[in-house]
Amino acid sequence: MNSGIPLEYYLIVATIMFFIGVYGFLTRRNLITILMSTELILNSVNINFLAFNRFLFPGKLDGHFFGLFVIAVAASEAAVAIAIIINIYRRFTSINVENVNELKY
Amino acid sequence: MSLDNFLMMRHELVLTLAFLIILVAEVFTGEKKKEKFRGFAVVLFAVVTAIGMLPAPEGTLFGGMYQAGRTTTLMKNILNIGTLIVLIQSFTWLGRPENRDRIHEYFMLLISTLLGMYFMISAGHFLMFYIGIELATIPLAALAAFERYKNRSAEAGIKLILSSSLSSGILLYGLSMIYGTVGSLYFADIAARPSTAALTILGFIFFFSGMGFKMSLVPFHLWTADVYEGAPVSIAAYLSVISKGAAAFIFIIILYNVFPVIIDTWQKVIWVIAVMTITIGNLFALRQKNMKRFLAFSSIAQAGFFLLGFIGGSKLGMTTVIYYALIYIFTNLAAFGIVSIIAEKTGKESMDDYDGLYRTNPKLSLTMMLAMFSLAGIPPVAGFFGKFFLFAAAAEKGFYVLVAIAVLNTIVALYYYLLVVKAMFINKSENPITYFKSDFMSKLGLAICIAGIVVTGFASGLFEMIRNLSYGI
Repeated sequence: MNSGIPLEYYLIVATIMFFIGVYGFLTRRNLITILMSTELILNSVNINFLAFNRFLFPGKLDGHFFGLFVIAVAASEAAVAIAIIINIYRRFTSINVENVNELKY
Repeated sequence: MSLDNFLMMRHELVLTLAFLIILVAEVFTGEKKKEKFRGFAVVLFAVVTAIGMLPAPEGTLFGGMYQAGRTTTLMKNILNIGTLIVLIQSFTWLGRPENRDRIHEYFMLLISTLLGMYFMISAGHFLMFYIGIELATIPLAALAAFERYKNRSAEAGIKLILSSSLSSGILLYGLSMIYGTVGSLYFADIAARPSTAALTILGFIFFFSGMGFKMSLVPFHLWTADVYEGAPVSIAAYLSVISKGAAAFIFIIILYNVFPVIIDTWQKVIWVIAVMTITIGNLFALRQKNMKRFLAFSSIAQAGFFLLGFIGGSKLGMTTVIYYALIYIFTNLAAFGIVSIIAEKTGKESMDDYDGLYRTNPKLSLTMMLAMFSLAGIPPVAGFFGKFFLFAAAAEKGFYVLVAIAVLNTIVALYYYLLVVKAMFINKSENPITYFKSDFMSKLGLAICIAGIVVTGFASGLFEMIRNLSYGI
């Protein structure tokens, strides 16, 4: 049944993806890329949930459901974020975070 | 499941109904009547608040995913009152020509965030909690970017949505670890299968960081000031009071109900975070000149004071957190209300513009003084009692050093709150803000806040009532 890939491999991939996401969120300068980084984080969470569900608790479906909901919520989050980014592009004619800097102390 | 069971969700059902009424009303309201719709919506929400006060049944629904108890009902009622004040205060601002065609959207978005907070507070499963928290933050980002003709508003919106999606990602990563160790995401299951495995602790730390973003605790506070400054004043008020209050409520519920086993761990974490939050919030507030930024940093410091109620894990702790949230709603909304009125009438938001306000607008200045005294915790007003009980809750469990640091910090806080009072009463100005008459709704909003500040401080029955509904670990 298990195709031979142990749980740890999935977890390592998920962890690497999570931190690539965090790194991208902090270093990227383009708003769309920052949004993509947060999607990467959410996807790593999904891998975690599904892998735990599949390997440790195969009788239940909690993890699968959580994964589905995360995907749906992430989509709505991205929709709102992109709407705001479009508005930013209209106002600032740029989606580079360095240009969106009116608020600071 | 019979219809009676469904009535446990009465708060949510009534709010959803209000949401649908506004949605349908948008279709049937003519262009000219849109401005009048504001009044209808505020009255509608007042009715929702009143219905919420009726005694509600208790129990669990959907196999334990949804819990309704007397404590959660009380928390929802407190949030309702706060939201009502925010709606009343935003009344004038909504009447502006540029906002007139989007009045319905404003109410719908605000009501859906409140609905999210309800589900978050009533959650019995982390999935419900997650959906609630997202429903509470995504529409808020849209609201922060509501003034789409302003650069700052758009910037506030993007900052809010990006930082909140990062925070929920971190929170979920923690939850996935907890799921890995326990195998269930029901609050009851996680509490029943105590695990002090390293993975649980790590998961908890991730979870804590995610919640820290929502409550704007240091070091996760960086979005707060920018968003408050850029967003419309009523949304900044909503974020600082209702959103933060709801996050504090669910946080204390989860700490008490889900993680009582690792109390030693989270007490240490909260100790450090509380000291950092109070101190850094205060130090940054000292140098702010813009009133909205000033209130943003003051609200960060206040979030740190909330943590003093969390740390003991006692019944008194939960009582004080709810009590302080109630006081904080009235106090902070009074301060935001005045900032909002002055910004609405004159467009001025800087502290220097408040020089000599007492000579021209004595009533506003006195209200602001009351709010500042209450935020600082000067004895006769409610804020003092709130802080006093918070300190008592922490001291009860022997966190004397933490209480000492917090007390020292209240002195720092007193200094910058008094700076505002000094500006209004003592500083002289060449061209102070001229006298103006506020409209009825602004006065009503402030009157409710003043009544709240005075009554919550002196009505000891209120504290007893909250105490009877609270619980410890």
